[in-house]
Amino acid sequence: MSRVRVLVGTRKGAFILTSDAKRERWDITGPHFAGWEIYHLKGSPADANRLYASQSSGWFGQLIQRSNDGGKTWEPVGNQFVYEGVPGTHQWYDGTPHPWEFARVWHLEPSLTDPDTVYAGIQDAALFRSGDGGKTWQELPGLRGHGSGPSWQPGAGGLCLHTILLDPTNPGRMFVAISAAGVFRTDDGGVTWRPANRGLRSEGIPNPTAEVGHCVHHIAMHPSRPKVLFMQKHWDVMRSDDGGESWHEVSGNLPTDFGFSIDVHAHEPNTIYVVPIKSDSEHFPLDGQLRVYRSRTGGNEWEALTKGLPQRDCYVNVLRDAMAVDSLDSCGVYFGTTGGQVYASADAGDSWSPIVRDLPAVVSVEVQTLA
Amino acid sequence: MIRVVLPAHLRRLARVDGEVTLQIDGRVTQRAVLDALEARYPMLRGTIRDQVTQRRRAFLRFFACERDLSHDPPDAPLPDAVAEGLEPLLVVGAMAGG
Repeated sequence: MSRVRVLVGTRKGAFILTSDAKRERWDITGPHFAGWEIYHLKGSPADANRLYASQSSGWFGQLIQRSNDGGKTWEPVGNQFVYEGVPGTHQWYDGTPHPWEFARVWHLEPSLTDPDTVYAGIQDAALFRSGDGGKTWQELPGLRGHGSGPSWQPGAGGLCLHTILLDPTNPGRMFVAISAAGVFRTDDGGVTWRPANRGLRSEGIPNPTAEVGHCVHHIAMHPSRPKVLFMQKHWDVMRSDDGGESWHEVSGNLPTDFGFSIDVHAHEPNTIYVVPIKSDSEHFPLDGQLRVYRSRTGGNEWEALTKGLPQRDCYVNVLRDAMAVDSLDSCGVYFGTTGGQVYASADAGDSWSPIVRDLPAVVSVEVQTLA
Repeated sequence: MIRVVLPAHLRRLARVDGEVTLQIDGRVTQRAVLDALEARYPMLRGTIRDQVTQRRRAFLRFFACERDLSHDPPDAPLPDAVAEGLEPLLVVGAMAGG
């Protein structure tokens, strides 16, 4: 019988929630790495028992942990992230040049085919790769070096590379997203890169339609249709139908198009989910009502999903990496909040319940569907 | 033997209880102690000092013999009492909230 494993990164440790396919009763283990910030943990699509976790702290810096048994035990692996060559500078908040400095790993993306290959998106924004299970890390310097790097500026959370999408039909193609630089695409396995932001419009930058400089919060893709991308930008929900060559807005009837997370239904490539957040200065749901919005039309037409979610006095946030789906027949959707709840829906969003409600602030949620 | 007291998070990471004892050949300096510590416990690399710059992480301090040695040069000799194993070198995390 299939099972589901939910990997939850929080401000004070990692938690692993498991259930059978009914997704009614959950076993919870953790905190793993108690007291440390766990920005992200994710399992290998090629080996469900191989997990990687980004563990960091303001005191002790960055560690990478690896598990070979589905999170029962962990071992620290390599944590040396050194920029290739002379790092140079990017723009600081005030527009002055600022040296590239490693701060932390935001996102770990295991290869689709090799458990020992994993990508890391870091702050200050760069992409690293390990081919030995995380023991050593090498930068893919073509991203920072393609030309626009010195003009990148940090978003409020830092200059972070937070999203990595691997194209399952084209091993050379991947997309990354950086706050506040935008989306970048490679077609040669990360050697060369180019911006993929045409069609984005951001009022907070000098040229609203600039090639780079957009605060992209998250992007998502359905594996069966990798040329179609969905984006939650700082403001605006966007869609690309041509592999990031161009974007158009699909915010439609959303009550606010600010937010952080976005994801795609496991079996319906045109069904997408967002959690609208009031504004960039008020990081909580509108009117104290926590609502997921679902579009079955790939955007523009959205319906509010409220059953089981708090509809008064709710002022949590849902961060960019804190939503995920399982791939059971009835698609499960999961998201975590800064209030420490992880909500799950076993019916594609029609109804929700908290599977745990008192964790530290949730930073990331990933889901593994186990045979 | 040199005695080192690590903060709780690093003891857990290194899977040690209580003090760590290290054999140092030659001059007993911050650098020599940290080199020996990281050689014995590779998982601690990068947690006390930056792996590239070798600079102490900002929120950690080195105390011994009721003195703050954090700003001493890394190659300065540690107090005799530390070198003789009479007093431990304390690696202390800043008492910042979070």
